[in-house]
Amino acid sequence: MKQFQYMRPSTQQAVLEAINKPGTKIIAGGTNLVDLMKRGVTAPDKLVDINHLPLKSIAATKTGLHIGALALNSTVSENSLVMQKQPLLSMALKAGASPQLRNMATVGGNMMQRTRCTYFYDITMPCNKREPGSGCGALEGYNRMHSIFGASPQCIAVHPSDMCVSLAALDAVVIVSGHKGERRIPFTEFHRLPGDHPEMDNHLAKDELITGVEIPDNNFAKNSYYLKVRDRQSYAFALVSVAAALDIDNGTIKQARLAMGGVAHKPWRLIDAEKALIGKSVSEESFKQAAEIAMQGAKAYEYNSFKLKLAPATITEALKHASGLV
Amino acid sequence: MDKETPDNEIEDKGILDGTRRDFLKQSTLLTAIALTPSTVVKAAQNGWDEKIAAVYEKVPITMDVNGVKHQLAVEPRATLLDILREQMDLTGTKKGCDHGQCGACTVHVDGCRINSCLTLGVMVSGKKITTIEGLAKGDQLHPMQEAFLKHDGFQCGYCTPGQIMSAVACIREGHANSEMEIREYMSGNICRCGAYPNIVNAIQEVKDGGQAV
Repeated sequence: MKQFQYMRPSTQQAVLEAINKPGTKIIAGGTNLVDLMKRGVTAPDKLVDINHLPLKSIAATKTGLHIGALALNSTVSENSLVMQKQPLLSMALKAGASPQLRNMATVGGNMMQRTRCTYFYDITMPCNKREPGSGCGALEGYNRMHSIFGASPQCIAVHPSDMCVSLAALDAVVIVSGHKGERRIPFTEFHRLPGDHPEMDNHLAKDELITGVEIPDNNFAKNSYYLKVRDRQSYAFALVSVAAALDIDNGTIKQARLAMGGVAHKPWRLIDAEKALIGKSVSEESFKQAAEIAMQGAKAYEYNSFKLKLAPATITEALKHASGLV
Repeated sequence: MDKETPDNEIEDKGILDGTRRDFLKQSTLLTAIALTPSTVVKAAQNGWDEKIAAVYEKVPITMDVNGVKHQLAVEPRATLLDILREQMDLTGTKKGCDHGQCGACTVHVDGCRINSCLTLGVMVSGKKITTIEGLAKGDQLHPMQEAFLKHDGFQCGYCTPGQIMSAVACIREGHANSEMEIREYMSGNICRCGAYPNIVNAIQEVKDGGQAV
């Protein structure tokens, strides 16, 4: 690993000043960044450790739940307020990584993690995300884990997070702090599609720091489910995952939230499928219809066409679990 | 884990705000100017400036490892795993994948299990570390170590220190209530010999025995 300078500024203001310089990166849990530094995928000159900033609290507000950017994934997943108000988030967090990694990884860091595309990780391979202009190794390579929605000829990588899929479904808002003050970004607009700039994973500016997320109160707690399909039962990235949340009244769906992981460069919210569920009765048939709508526009590559069947099946199954059908 | 106590172990502001190297470069430059020109040329040729800077770039940290306080100077890039093994000769903690995928490097930091291969030493300054060497009380093995012996919870033994550290945490966290739960909460520790059924038996026995872990 390349040598770097380690800094631990004492205030948020000092952190904001420090990160605005080239070659500087923030470190929180380090579970992804240290790995990438060991592999030479990234090689910052300076690391700014933000772990001592007071951003760990989890608290109910008048309108929702506020979770600090430095709250640990393990802490959030077992927090009583989270389990009571937003069990979908707890389920998604528990489906991610391992207990050891969840004890290190933070909420903000989870949002900032990079894709696990093997061509991004292997510095001998072309990758437009790692090295803009070098090409995409996955496009005609072994693209089994890759995108079926929203990709570009420059990049077909997927976002690896489970937590983010649940937060996208739950209409969360990301709170960021920068030189111009605070900014609130809807979660679904935080991450971006690759387009011509796959090197950019999200819309966070260089001089901005994620300070927390807010999840508005909802009526989904009773009927939420996170279903993750992977190559082994635990501790693997998703082939496809689905966050499903329903508000059901007397067997009729009043509101629905759906998002998918493992299928796009960002958590993939399924707005049209959600709309199709409103007013429908809880039944496998209406779930299958919604899943079909969700799959419109999907495009597979040589090795991931199985996702075209797996994804709708996972949506249907997640909705069955969320609604109590199974 | 929710504590918001500020970490004041490293009081040397020069290191933490990143000015030390610049200061050192300037100060060595001033010294160099005071020297005769030939000495300056020699110093530059030998790259002493960089070497001196590198020595001073080591960051002082304190760690309580298995109940003993240590003061160390570490490079910022040194992982806790490498510091334990290379600087402190605590080689019980194993380096498997070195990328957070296998769990062989699992240790406890302030009571929580983590992957020491992805933890920078500078970031755990002032914290309490427990490694596999810190579980036994003298000659008396920890109940989990006894159970692993009794149930043959290993074959080659390389993953065992990490398995045991994780197993102890698994019970302390309250995640050892069924075989399924144990398997899920031990999934961060890979055993390529496939001793999983015996590992699960060992953990269940310690859990059911109700001994303090």
